Amino acid sequence: MPKDTGIGASSKRREDIRFLTGKGLYTDDLALHAQAHAVMVRSNVAHGKIVSIDTAATEAMPGVLAVFTGEDFVAVGGNPAGWLIKSRDGTPMREPKRPVLAHGKVRHVGDAYAAVVAETYQQARDAAQQLADDTVIEELPAVVDMKAAVANADNRVHDEIPDNVCFDWGWIEDNRAAVDAAMKAAPHVVTLELTNNRLVPNAMEPRASIGEYNTGTGDYKLTTTSQNPHLTRLLVAAFVMGIPENKLTVVAPDVGGGFGSKIYHYGEEALVLAAAKKLGRPVRWTAERTESFLSDAHGRDHVTKIELGCTKDGEILAIRTETHANVGAYLSNFSTATPTFLHGTLMSGPYKVPHVYVNVKAVFTNTAPVDAYRGAGRPEATYSLERVIDMMCRELNLDPFEVRRKNLLTPDQFPYQSPVGLMYDTGNYQATLDKACDLGDVAGFEARRAESAKKGKLRGMGLSTWIEACGIAPSHLVGILGSRVGLYDAATVRVNATGNISVMVGAHSHGQGHETVFPQIVADKLGIPESSVEIVHGDTSKIPFGMGSYGSRSLAVCGSAMDRAMDKIIAKGKKIAAHMLEAAEGDITFADGKFSVAGTDKAKTFGEIAFSAYVPHNYPLETLEPGLEETAFYDPANFTYPAGAYICEVEVDPDTGKVDICSFTAADDFGNVMNPMIVEGQVHGGVGQGIGQALLENTSYDETGQLLTGSFMDYAMPRADDVPFYTVDHSCSTPCTHNPLGVKGCGEAGAIGSPPAVVNAVIDALHRGGITHVKHIDMPVSPGRVWQAING
Amino acid sequence: MHNFEFVKPSTIADAVKAMAQDGAQALSGGQTLLPTMKQRLAQPETLVSLTGIPEMQGVCMGEGGLHVGAATLHVTVAQDAKALYPALSTLAGGIGDPAVRNRGTIGGSLANNDPAACYPAAVLASGATVVTNKRKIAADDYFQGMFTTALDDGEIITSVIFPVPQKAAYVKFNQPASRFALTAVFVAKHAGGVRVAVTGASNDGVFRWTEAETALSADFSPSAISGLTVDPTGMIADLHGTAAYRANLVKVLTGRAVAAAH
Amino acid sequence: MTKVTMTVNGKSVSAETEGRTLLSSYLREGLGLTGTHIGCDTSQCGACVVHLNGRAVKSCTVFAQDVAGAEVRTIEGMANADGSLGVVQQAFQDHHGLQCGFCTPGMVMASAALLAENPKPTEAEVRHGLEGNICRCTGYHNIVKAVLAASGQDVAAVAAE
Repeated sequence: MPKDTGIGASSKRREDIRFLTGKGLYTDDLALHAQAHAVMVRSNVAHGKIVSIDTAATEAMPGVLAVFTGEDFVAVGGNPAGWLIKSRDGTPMREPKRPVLAHGKVRHVGDAYAAVVAETYQQARDAAQQLADDTVIEELPAVVDMKAAVANADNRVHDEIPDNVCFDWGWIEDNRAAVDAAMKAAPHVVTLELTNNRLVPNAMEPRASIGEYNTGTGDYKLTTTSQNPHLTRLLVAAFVMGIPENKLTVVAPDVGGGFGSKIYHYGEEALVLAAAKKLGRPVRWTAERTESFLSDAHGRDHVTKIELGCTKDGEILAIRTETHANVGAYLSNFSTATPTFLHGTLMSGPYKVPHVYVNVKAVFTNTAPVDAYRGAGRPEATYSLERVIDMMCRELNLDPFEVRRKNLLTPDQFPYQSPVGLMYDTGNYQATLDKACDLGDVAGFEARRAESAKKGKLRGMGLSTWIEACGIAPSHLVGILGSRVGLYDAATVRVNATGNISVMVGAHSHGQGHETVFPQIVADKLGIPESSVEIVHGDTSKIPFGMGSYGSRSLAVCGSAMDRAMDKIIAKGKKIAAHMLEAAEGDITFADGKFSVAGTDKAKTFGEIAFSAYVPHNYPLETLEPGLEETAFYDPANFTYPAGAYICEVEVDPDTGKVDICSFTAADDFGNVMNPMIVEGQVHGGVGQGIGQALLENTSYDETGQLLTGSFMDYAMPRADDVPFYTVDHSCSTPCTHNPLGVKGCGEAGAIGSPPAVVNAVIDALHRGGITHVKHIDMPVSPGRVWQAING
Repeated sequence: MHNFEFVKPSTIADAVKAMAQDGAQALSGGQTLLPTMKQRLAQPETLVSLTGIPEMQGVCMGEGGLHVGAATLHVTVAQDAKALYPALSTLAGGIGDPAVRNRGTIGGSLANNDPAACYPAAVLASGATVVTNKRKIAADDYFQGMFTTALDDGEIITSVIFPVPQKAAYVKFNQPASRFALTAVFVAKHAGGVRVAVTGASNDGVFRWTEAETALSADFSPSAISGLTVDPTGMIADLHGTAAYRANLVKVLTGRAVAAAH
Repeated sequence: MTKVTMTVNGKSVSAETEGRTLLSSYLREGLGLTGTHIGCDTSQCGACVVHLNGRAVKSCTVFAQDVAGAEVRTIEGMANADGSLGVVQQAFQDHHGLQCGFCTPGMVMASAALLAENPKPTEAEVRHGLEGNICRCTGYHNIVKAVLAASGQDVAAVAAE
């Protein structure tokens, strides 16, 4: 029987009530007294020298309160990269300053070089147009194509970086010679060159920020669309603005999706704070969708050559990749970690591969910055690997299911030290593959294919077996690898006097349902109703600390912190109970919300203990402080390793090239599942985005660096009629061995495992239809590309 | 967007008067015009709403065929033309999305003449007549290339008269983001011959595929066009499809439209 | 500035407008009804869908002055008189048809309009009927399921119940 409360129950989301009644409060919904409006002035060329900005006419326009240019921020710091990567020759990466507003040069279309603040939005917009008209920018040749950027030393995004290379990373360098030798000796080598298409995250809520400054206290407040308000505070305070952390509060209220793009600190956040201080009034900024396209961090954008050495019967012997990873014009906060430690470390997948070597060149171009987007590096690794394995099967005429079974790690091989630096703790990859085959009715495929053929459609089936590493940790290891932050999280469990609970968590919920799931865990452990637990998040003045939500880390890291804090609550409760029940502390047990003396019927309820802690009339005051509130910081011992098997079936219309997804089956291992409904929803969403990447989404710059897909008119995302109902399962669970909840991450899984399943299915459909000359089609596998491939 | 004066006349005569002012721009459903104005690509001084004029509303049979008032919503055409001109109803019911269809109008679509819009294909294939406050314009004279029409400044479309073919069908292949036509074909079999109009494909906007018309007039079956080829010269090439791809779609969709015609 | 009066969620309201004031701005800034969201500037995303005289429209693509006197219903007017969730709203909660909540108001309004017109839609009709509303979180699975459930149809058979 499914549970109806606590861990494992599909509790309905309490946050839904406000979202469904229009009572959610997103940043742009907040109207503040005396607020002024900022509009950014953005470059319309990809690369140019700022010759002059004449602000006089703009300043004289109706309602204009202030004009800012790059000159105003020369003295403040830059927005730093979160990870320092070393090239394989040992040199540190090149890290150009990323200013609040561009100064001297603009480096991508949409690069903000000025901002106008006015009484109304329309006045600010009118004035921004005037300022753009009064600015002279001398256009320079744009660097767009990565390989050309590396080859042409005369054309530089940053004058001090001659070859536009941020770093040239090898992983693991010590293994390189052995990998080369294994590849040379392999009986068969498959080579595939592919592009992992650049994506625009497009959270439905555009970015927005409101700056406030209290002239009486000197306190700043930033309300912003962030996945991690504490990290934003740290970056704004310590690196960019020099505001003491204790004088800055960052609030991320309801946030309408992030998918990575709202992890990072953006210049507009610093701008509204500076403007608020200058004017002594709240200053707000909200992106139009076009601005989001131009200035949000994009995702993916890898060009990869992958080689796979194998035996003739499909045993994988060696993998070697060379990747050009676009970082855009500036380093966004995690742009250097994404193509390296979140990508290279996954290049052996769920397979036992003895030899793996990964090379990544990160390249500056005159395009928007590129950073982590749902999956972040892991989809790129998974796609390369699952596509090349599929190609191997075709070249050697092997069954893709059998080849995976042959190479998958087996349960007895855990813990498994991968050749690319990770220690997989647990898994059962055969089980998820079997489950997917069963749910996806692989056995019945031939009959379905015959039905499709009657309609003139080509049906194909694609498989992907994937693994990811999420909840990046531990801090001491990531520190060695170059991270400039720790990757723990924190939670405070505050038991109120009447026995209900407020939990202040460092994780931030922007769709994940923390407000519902975290109370389930608390209720389960403390034996109180879920409705007696409230989650507080998203406000640096209310929560202890937190690294926010990204990389499928909330439950594994912050949930674990909360669990540890509850352990402390229980431990203290036992002391209080021992006193009240006149028993030894060691004899007190806690279960079902009651502190009991073992072997007796003497007990105190959780509520009685809480009341006693706050009204300590009968309390061991000489040895114990009153109150019942505990904080824990949790730094995981390892990543968690969700894994799964995805099967996609498609129909291809050979006349138009259109691909329809007929079915999509996902069998995942997320360890213990706290709320199945929410976990399934996360997989649905991830698969939806993965299908988007595979079939629809394309970010295209022309050779001059103009973004051709700058609105929803040209950037295609899945709509309801582009996708089917998905079949998802998470019953093949191997609990994580090193966190107290036994949980793994589920937020990114769908986006990681699905793109290769879709593309493999399309290629399969073509081959089964006799179109065997098509070896590969780059994503998005659009109708035009499929038709071209068939007829090319 | 830039500000403007908003006026909403209730008669065609008053609308014509309002449109005579400098900087006046007609507003119908606004589903294309408003986004354009947000981008500051259109900056009218006066916006003349045509949505409050009863004589420009409605669908009915009349002299010369089906009369559709220029300010009639797509959703209304989809509903009210279902029995009278099914292919036109299908076309109207496939424009944009439901919310767009609840606001967009036939007159607005035709006045804008987007090269990927649906209605121009119906008007051209039907051999319809575009009626304005001044005159009647035959479909073959009305469309003059991408975003260009025979309308004079200040001239307002008041209705469209569609001769109803014996058989017709509209087959649209969506551009996946905008949901405009990547390419779409309207085939209409009239007593006097077949007309085939293509939208979404050409740099010159909607056009008639005359070779197919000749072949289909002789033999109204999909196989009649199997020997024809479509010249990709002049076809739109963009991120969503090359010229050759669009040329292929013209032929494929024409065949499907013939098969679907009823 | 021109004062525009209309009926919103059953109440007569008025606010000052410019010619360029969009219905969405009229609702959000003029009336403080911030449940109607703005997710794009090209009339694609549908986060701003409201009912105008009973029909779903994108309020960011309608001028307030063009609809003076109209009956408008927004997400704030969808609950039952006693404050409990309406049928469509309740189905969205029951079937986890929302995550971040940003597209949700438009999605609920579009779904309600769809069901008003077609009380027992097929899955395909629901998917087609929601093509003007973009959701980036749910992959649409639970939205479609919620709309089918709101129509009184049994969704137990839907994959991954």
